[in-house]
Amino acid sequence: MKRLLLGALIALAPVCAETIVIQNATIMTVSQGTIKNGSVVVRDGKIVEVGEKVTIPEGATKIDAQGQYVIPGIIDCHSHIAGDGGINEGSVSVSSMVNIKDIINPEDIAIYRALAGGVTTANILHGSANSIGGQTIVLKMRWGKDAQDMIFQGAKPGIKFALGENPKRAGNPQGRGANGQQSFARYPATRMGVEDTIREAFNEAKIYKAEWDDYNAKVAKGEHPMAPRKDLKLEALKEVLEGNRYVHVHCYRADEILMMIRVADEMGFKVRTFQHVLEGYKVAKEIAAHGAGASTFSDWWSYKVEAFDAIPYNAALMTKAGIVVSLNSDDAELMRHLNSEAGKTMKYGGMTEDQALAMVTLNPAKQLGIDNRVGSIEVGKDADLVIYDKYPLSDFAKVQKVLIDGTVYFDRDKEVSAQASKDAEKQKLLDKLKQQTPQQGGGRGRGGRGGQ
Amino acid sequence: MKVLGILLGCSLAAFAGETILIRDADVYPVSAKEMKSVSILIQDGKIAEIAPKIVPPKGARIVEAKGMRVYPGMIDSGTELGLEEIEAVRETVDVGELGEFMPQLRALSAVNPDSEHFGVVRVNGITSVMTYPSSGGRGGGGGFGGGERQLISGQAALIHTEGWTWEEMEIKRSAAMSIMFPSVGGGGRRGGGAPDLVDVTPGGVGGGNARRAVDEQIAKLNDFFDNARRYQKAKAAKTPGLQPDLKFEAMIPVLEGREPVTVSAARPNTIHEAIQWAKKQNIKIVILQPREIGKAGPELKAENVPVILGRVLALPNGEDSSYDEAFTLPVEAYKAGVKFAFGTFTNEFVRNIPYQAATAVAFGLPQEEALKAVTVNPAQIWGVSDQIGTVEKGKFADLMVTDGDPLEIQTQIKHLYVKGKEIALTNKQTRLNDRYSGRQ
Repeated sequence: MKRLLLGALIALAPVCAETIVIQNATIMTVSQGTIKNGSVVVRDGKIVEVGEKVTIPEGATKIDAQGQYVIPGIIDCHSHIAGDGGINEGSVSVSSMVNIKDIINPEDIAIYRALAGGVTTANILHGSANSIGGQTIVLKMRWGKDAQDMIFQGAKPGIKFALGENPKRAGNPQGRGANGQQSFARYPATRMGVEDTIREAFNEAKIYKAEWDDYNAKVAKGEHPMAPRKDLKLEALKEVLEGNRYVHVHCYRADEILMMIRVADEMGFKVRTFQHVLEGYKVAKEIAAHGAGASTFSDWWSYKVEAFDAIPYNAALMTKAGIVVSLNSDDAELMRHLNSEAGKTMKYGGMTEDQALAMVTLNPAKQLGIDNRVGSIEVGKDADLVIYDKYPLSDFAKVQKVLIDGTVYFDRDKEVSAQASKDAEKQKLLDKLKQQTPQQGGGRGRGGRGGQ
Repeated sequence: MKVLGILLGCSLAAFAGETILIRDADVYPVSAKEMKSVSILIQDGKIAEIAPKIVPPKGARIVEAKGMRVYPGMIDSGTELGLEEIEAVRETVDVGELGEFMPQLRALSAVNPDSEHFGVVRVNGITSVMTYPSSGGRGGGGGFGGGERQLISGQAALIHTEGWTWEEMEIKRSAAMSIMFPSVGGGGRRGGGAPDLVDVTPGGVGGGNARRAVDEQIAKLNDFFDNARRYQKAKAAKTPGLQPDLKFEAMIPVLEGREPVTVSAARPNTIHEAIQWAKKQNIKIVILQPREIGKAGPELKAENVPVILGRVLALPNGEDSSYDEAFTLPVEAYKAGVKFAFGTFTNEFVRNIPYQAATAVAFGLPQEEALKAVTVNPAQIWGVSDQIGTVEKGKFADLMVTDGDPLEIQTQIKHLYVKGKEIALTNKQTRLNDRYSGRQ
């Protein structure tokens, strides 16, 4: 039944990019200030003009956004949507060989809901059961496309690490495994063990890299040496050492953040972002010195011990320390209102409007290395735009339209007007279902942030 | 350090009984139209006077509030505040007890007045909350996986978010009796995930014989009520030899219609069943956390059954539900003429209750109705509208003084009063902010 309905939704999905002018709107460019009563011209999926006065191309579709607001598409630096089922390869604590790309489910309804919340790009990561998790993928929320076409081409690949309570949970002899089954203890069981697990992995990776460097040097000299054995686990870590794969580290407490920085220094790689990083404000100086970004929550706290010193001032304090800070969701619901989460940094910590908005647009773009393409409303960038009916850093606002690559992927007016026919179709299917044997319910997917 | 901070925070709150004059504020009483540039006199913890000009009594402290707004403190009608500190740490959770019929349990006496949560929610203008005992063995044992299913969880308390002891925090110690009304996959448990149409939730009874199981549970509940009623009669008749029974004693206010029962009911059919059951039992009922009003709307209205709406910022129930289902539920309730208030049902979201209300406004709820749903409506639903919920003479001086609309995220609270005491706008989080802002 569900599949059928999804099919119907997909049929409604947009087909091709056209030339569009969004007019009469307040345009919050993020990088170049706010234009009152301005226009954005979109052609071939790109932003071609922004300003108070623009040249309207012939045949352009006009969107009158009188009294409305346009912001760049929201970018979520930490999400688990579209991950089909399990996202923790919990059998080992170093699982750098697995890739979330392999399990992308383009029909996950959470993608559409995120889109309806103004999200156009998201970094999809594994869970946090492992000290070194799997390889990540950046997606655009091109609802209706297949998994391949959702991938943000050109975004540098990443990998997820995890510190603290979650990776050590599997070390509890009385604990439960990543999938909830009774399990035997798996190393590590402490934060000390998490550090060791990461150091050991990179010790191994460096040896592996040296073998390959040696081999490649010999080949370059015209020799014919025996190639070292390819190791898919170490290959990803070798890319980290070479600076070709971003490291996104799930973390909470100040001590483990500092530990990670020192291990990275020792092993010779950079942490691209600290994720969650709820105590980042305590070691903001060290994070800034390392050059890492920080991707946090606005005001979540108290759900576990390592979240008990979380403060809503975290994003502002880290920003003031010179860190590039973003706000992420880690949750399919929160993902739908990151705009108002950004507003909270103005309330708590006195961020400016641009600073606040950058935390869900330009800053995550920088953290993912895609700020040349997305994150602000600038000529030449992808036409990923969100139109709100009201001032967007508030819960009084709602999303009216969302464009990705210049194509309207969400339109509230159409959504609302199509509701009646969708309800009718659903009722028809339900009636049919009632005639059959009642079904038993299936799994409900993941819940909460604890194990992610 | 932590303890010291708390002590410091409390000592900053002025002593009880201070006379305070808030001068030249724009007052939004909720019960009436806004009043521009008026003064409010606070005496003995109550609002003594509201007038354009008030001569400050001798010794009164004057708070200049020109250009600022005064609203009643907000009320969250669904929390576990004081009963749960850190969700994941069992030792800090006293929410769910063991036992099937536990009406004698009192949430109030387990409220930890030094919970860090109170400080955090207060500074956002939430001055009172309902705190509920709940099923699921959270803090106890068993849970739905094993042991007996709980049917009556105990007495929910309406409390202020400030006070030295739970006694001082009390507004109404038995504001409601928390009942886990059985339903077929209907999501009987508060705070639980959204049930799907064909899914079976922890709160709902599942399996092939779901309907029969539900009926058996309801029969059990009815038996308990029958026994409670017999006890009530025996007691009223001063039957010789009748021994006091704490469980049945706790049921008397419910049977007498003085204390409502609360029932979580996600779906219209469950709401209908719960209302009909309450009618048969001749007791008052409040519905918690519906995920759908639909055809239950007319019945809720006709039977005068109030509803506590759960999180507005919530995912839709089913994969094929409209994306804005939860956002539009409040306006749906409003249009159906249902009396409702808001609850967050998760401690860490209590401080965001004004923003939930704002989301409801974005999706069609009139703004004044959203404000009512966190002030006067809950006060009426919990039977304390003579004490809290509006800015009116004679009520507790539970007030927030703001620089704007309290439902707007960027609005700052400038002063906060609980029972006439000015509350320091500090908490664990502001202290950590101050401390680490100083790190060079």
